[in-house]
Amino acid sequence: MLELQNISFHADDKDILKDINLKIDDKFVAITGPNGSGKSTLLKVIMGIITPTSGKIIFDGQDITDLPVNERANLGMSFAFQQPVRFKGLKVIDLLKIAAGPEGTSAQIRSYLKAVGLCPMDYLNREINDTLSGGEMKRIEIAMAAARGGKLSLFDEPEAGIDLWSFQSLIEVFENLRNVTNGNILIISHQERILEIADKIIYLKDGTVDRYDESAKIMDELNMRRKGGCDCAFGQKGVSCNG
Amino acid sequence: MDELEKRMLKEVAELDSLPVGAFNIRSNGASEARNSTANIQIESRESGDGINVYFKDGTKNESCHIPVIISKTGHKECVYNDFFVGEDCDVVIVAGCGISNCGGHDSQHDGIHTFHIGKNSKVKYVEKHYGEGTGTGKRLMNPTTVVYLEEGATMDMDTSQIAGINDTYRITKAELGPDATLIMHDKILTNFDQTAKAEITVDLNGDGSVCDIVSRGVAKGESEQDVIIDISGNAQCKGHAECDSIIMDKGVIVATPKLKATCVDASLIHEAAIGKIAGEQITKLMTLGLNEQEAEQKIIEGFLM
Ligand SMILES: Nc1ncnc2c1ncn2[C@@H]1O[C@H](COP(=O)(O)OP(=O)(O)OP(=O)(O)O)[C@@H](O)[C@H]1O
Ligand SMILES: [Mg+2]
Repeated sequence: MLELQNISFHADDKDILKDINLKIDDKFVAITGPNGSGKSTLLKVIMGIITPTSGKIIFDGQDITDLPVNERANLGMSFAFQQPVRFKGLKVIDLLKIAAGPEGTSAQIRSYLKAVGLCPMDYLNREINDTLSGGEMKRIEIAMAAARGGKLSLFDEPEAGIDLWSFQSLIEVFENLRNVTNGNILIISHQERILEIADKIIYLKDGTVDRYDESAKIMDELNMRRKGGCDCAFGQKGVSCNG
Repeated sequence: MDELEKRMLKEVAELDSLPVGAFNIRSNGASEARNSTANIQIESRESGDGINVYFKDGTKNESCHIPVIISKTGHKECVYNDFFVGEDCDVVIVAGCGISNCGGHDSQHDGIHTFHIGKNSKVKYVEKHYGEGTGTGKRLMNPTTVVYLEEGATMDMDTSQIAGINDTYRITKAELGPDATLIMHDKILTNFDQTAKAEITVDLNGDGSVCDIVSRGVAKGESEQDVIIDISGNAQCKGHAECDSIIMDKGVIVATPKLKATCVDASLIHEAAIGKIAGEQITKLMTLGLNEQEAEQKIIEGFLM
């Protein structure tokens, strides 16, 4: 459903993405890799937030390389930012309403908040400004992506900053997207429990696809490398492991 | 009242019909409808250029609407409205002015509102200014608001000018006694070649007095805004002002903060920021399906809400 052909991104005299070729068809694919390896950049290229220096993006057979962000959104892509954007004046309900579209009922809007563990009564009328905590912002960001549903949901480290207790609910949000709305999920994560439930894992390193395979295989390799006496938490602490 | 006047009334006072409580509706220079209540007395001034409104001590949960409408091209007026609010009141005052000018002559409303707010009284004041019309005649408004707050009194002001006024010079002055509070939210949107000047002067004269002023402006087109917020702390007091503006196109905004303290226990803060809409905010809304123009509009709508 998504194909990247020879995607490169060059900025500040650096090759941030280097000739990336990927075909993604599985329902749940995770991207992992060290800090600064280009994961967020790649996801933004897919959504159209960053224009690649070269290469082509095909979504459901359509060349979307030149489509602006909103047209990709209307083709069924949604995006949850690693660092959610804050607004002065706009409220949680305002953005959720836009996300859910004209058909979204207020019961549905409330259910998206409940699904991320936020009580609608307390949050619907909160301004999306800097009075919301980091974790609250992340949850609202996920609720918005869930409200859009659609064919391809892109998440950039949704679990970061979310307390462990809510982790199971987060997984349920993904399962719901996968099962109920029949959408595909592409998610950047460093979390073992998310990597485990993925169908496939893309391991990005220095702007290139280092590994792309079934989750189980990559997880095995991960564990092997750990057992091999290297105590770097592969992909977690941002240290690229050569061990 | 004709359809046009009814629509203007809805724009400036959110009224579909005559309001409950006290009211005075002024249309093209004449009082079109008026109602006093047992606690709120509205009288014409002897000079004939406005009204005096008296609130009895202890008036609670009552409202007073005093909208002004101008639909005649070339109509110019200067109106004085004085409000005398007794002690221990809790009331809402809704003012507002709408000018519809489809003619070739300038229409102008200069309103001077003076509030005398008695001990421990609370006043919520809402004022909306709005202009429309296809004529070449300008729509001009120069509101002056003067507020005297006695001990323990509170004034919560919500003032806005959202569209259609060519030129405005808005003056707000407040003097606060002991433990008095002034909260002010002022919003201005200008476009095309409109200009807006706002001068807000607050004197915190009483111990325990507090003011919180939030001014938000959006300047589009080639419009210009000039905002001056001037707070003097003359007692043990707290003053906070926030002046936040968005510029678009070729808009110009000048924000001038002025703080003066004459008492060591005065604590005054002024924050000012001017900038364009953050690109990441537009991007975020685009990921929700809005195009760039729709995203901008949504952001401004929220900012000026
Ligand atoms: N516009 C830019 N100009 C210069 N450098 C950039 C730009 N955008 C990204 N980079 C650099 O590109 C690299 C990849 O950034 P990216 O945000 O994609 O990393 P990431 O894999 O998501 O990292 P993390 O795990 O920390 O989120 C980083 O070194 C970053 O500093
Ligand atoms: Mg990242």
